[in-house]
Amino acid sequence: MAHVANATHNEDYLHHGKGLWSWMTTLDHKRIGLMYFLSILVFFFIGGIYALLIRTELIAPGSTIMGPDQYNKVMTYHGSIMVFMVIIPGIPAFLGNFLLPIMLGAKDVAFPRLNLASYYVFMLGAFISVTSLFTTGVDTGWTFYTPYSLQTKSGVILMVAGAFTMGMSSILTGLNFIVTVHRLRAPGMTMTRMPLMVWALYSTAILQVLATPVLGITLLLLIFERLFGVGIFDSTLGGDPVLFQHFFWFYSHPAVYIMILPAMGVISELIATFSRKTIFGYTAIAYSSLAIAVLSFFVWGHHLFVSGQSEWAGILFSFITMLVGVPTAIKMFNWVATMYRGSVKLDAPMLFAVGFMFLFLIGGLTGIMLATIALDVHLHDTYFVVAHFHYVMVGGTLMAFMGGIYYWFPKMFGKMVNEFPAKLSWFFIFLGFNVTFFPQFILGSLGMPRRYFDYLPEFTALNRISTVGSYLIATGFLIALGTIIHGLIAGRKATANPWGGKTLEWTIASPPIHDNFNKIPVITAGPYEYR
Amino acid sequence: MSIAKTASEHHHAHHFESPEKEFIASKEGVWLFLATEILMFGGLFVALTIFRGLYPEVFLKGATTVDWRMGALNTVVLIFSSLTMALGIHYFQKGDRQKAIISLAVTVLCGAVFMVVKYFEYSHKLHLGLAPAKFFTNPEMANIEHIKIYFGLYYTMTGLHGAHVLIGMGLISWILYRAIAKDEFGPKYFTPVEGVGLFWHIIDLIWIFLFPLFYLT
Repeated sequence: MAHVANATHNEDYLHHGKGLWSWMTTLDHKRIGLMYFLSILVFFFIGGIYALLIRTELIAPGSTIMGPDQYNKVMTYHGSIMVFMVIIPGIPAFLGNFLLPIMLGAKDVAFPRLNLASYYVFMLGAFISVTSLFTTGVDTGWTFYTPYSLQTKSGVILMVAGAFTMGMSSILTGLNFIVTVHRLRAPGMTMTRMPLMVWALYSTAILQVLATPVLGITLLLLIFERLFGVGIFDSTLGGDPVLFQHFFWFYSHPAVYIMILPAMGVISELIATFSRKTIFGYTAIAYSSLAIAVLSFFVWGHHLFVSGQSEWAGILFSFITMLVGVPTAIKMFNWVATMYRGSVKLDAPMLFAVGFMFLFLIGGLTGIMLATIALDVHLHDTYFVVAHFHYVMVGGTLMAFMGGIYYWFPKMFGKMVNEFPAKLSWFFIFLGFNVTFFPQFILGSLGMPRRYFDYLPEFTALNRISTVGSYLIATGFLIALGTIIHGLIAGRKATANPWGGKTLEWTIASPPIHDNFNKIPVITAGPYEYR
Repeated sequence: MSIAKTASEHHHAHHFESPEKEFIASKEGVWLFLATEILMFGGLFVALTIFRGLYPEVFLKGATTVDWRMGALNTVVLIFSSLTMALGIHYFQKGDRQKAIISLAVTVLCGAVFMVVKYFEYSHKLHLGLAPAKFFTNPEMANIEHIKIYFGLYYTMTGLHGAHVLIGMGLISWILYRAIAKDEFGPKYFTPVEGVGLFWHIIDLIWIFLFPLFYLT
């Protein structure tokens, strides 16, 4: 047995073990990461089709390609798929799985079998969610607000059970990451020498572990409420539907930071590498991730400004929400300061990083606007909110996700993608994104409510622009898909460190060997020693 | 490779430096998992607090339908089972395999006693029609406003707790199987025993809160 192991010891992880079965039973964090990648791409494609259906319906007032009931379902599936199956697992489960152990100088995550199990739990949850399509479908929106989610005749139970199951997967991934960061750092890799991506994933993991169980119990209660009538969300039994909103957002607001923190980690890596400069304010960026994680637990009430919570609670939540702007701004300023007088190279990943900063700035600042109670009463449940969170989730997370894919693609597959189409995909995504969502700020401030399949005729022009923008985004993602597939098939061979990165993953072969490191490295300096 | 690992020759996973490091990491993982359990039940305790505050009389009336002696018996049984669980770990650490196995078997037995008592409590209540709202048929209680919330919470919380007892029993049985059939645990390797033990204690702890909140109003 021993000599066989030696023979394959230096083979890269993609060829260590052959056949589908070796992938499905793998305990290698890199392979599990890629399995997440493939699954998430499929879900992203489906969620994207739903997005296009929504925008196409809204190209003109009245019923265009579907009726109102159909629209409610399309909107629900777009939201649920994108949130639970794409953006939440996107960066942590895919990029995080691939990178976290390597960046720490470890051979694997702390619990490899648990890691594989969480992948299957995730897929099981996704499967259960999707089976709801074959019932009457779900039309509640992705937030499943009571009392409607208790009354509607649809597959709410299946969808919610799926989300519950995917939440378990998210908890297990987070748990695994925390222990890995605590216990598997290479000698000399102190906490303050960890790459900022790791800090971001670590903060995310804390949120995943501490917030998701509350969503779990909320969704479980919703299922029980529908099946047996527990009564706590049902006002006819003396329950309180607003309690559902409290419970739901106690998870789902931290979940917003589960979505954005890893993206910020990716951006920190990209900015440092493509500015060829030691990152400015390493400690500040690292601790601001933790600060965002801590604050995120105390801001959920800003979703309930108009739901009938007390004014004092509203004021407090408004204030704490605005505080989130501080650590976020710390990050932004530090990134800009890193670029200042750096040798900035606008390769495709860096274009996405710069695009992120531009879009996330708008998303973040409009978030502070919405945290202002007086303004929120006016803007609540309008397209202004839709535009705001798309600027954060898509403009933020997805831009970072794309930048991250292009950046680490050579490491994952040992091949390069072509620069030109990669940049072209950025151009279409970035342009299309602004064309789609900027008009929605205007629509929202003019009073167009969200989640309706119809609108007043005077909103037609802006909606039409928005719909055209969504086609541009779709074009951009299709170009990106083509670029990646072309890179996989015909990309030229990548060197170990094509971008001149300084973190540990660039010190090993592309693609890495099965064990990541032949010899565990000894760390003697910080992660971004450019000068 | 395929020879069963025994207590004396447990190999730690390749990505850990030493068995000690692996043990610490595993234990930390279990503690984090327990944190998620507390947060999950935490949501239910928050709901309970809110509705007790809103309708205190409902919880007074509701508590008259449960038998505190049954609850007390179950509390004693679970606390005793936590002792035997701890003893089980202790004896593995000392290398006294036989006593360890007996302790764990007693623990599973206590879990079973708990579930049997619970079964009698549930079936008695269901017999009286004191079921969750959709199946609630009890005529005497029906005129008390919001009384159904008490039973909704009662069944959800004790039911979820009972499910955890069952899972805990399953896990201890799995430990017993590994100890008896494969002789895996001893002074050098007892990580899974300790992890399952921690889980069992948290189940016990949650019951200690559930008992006074539902039975002793």
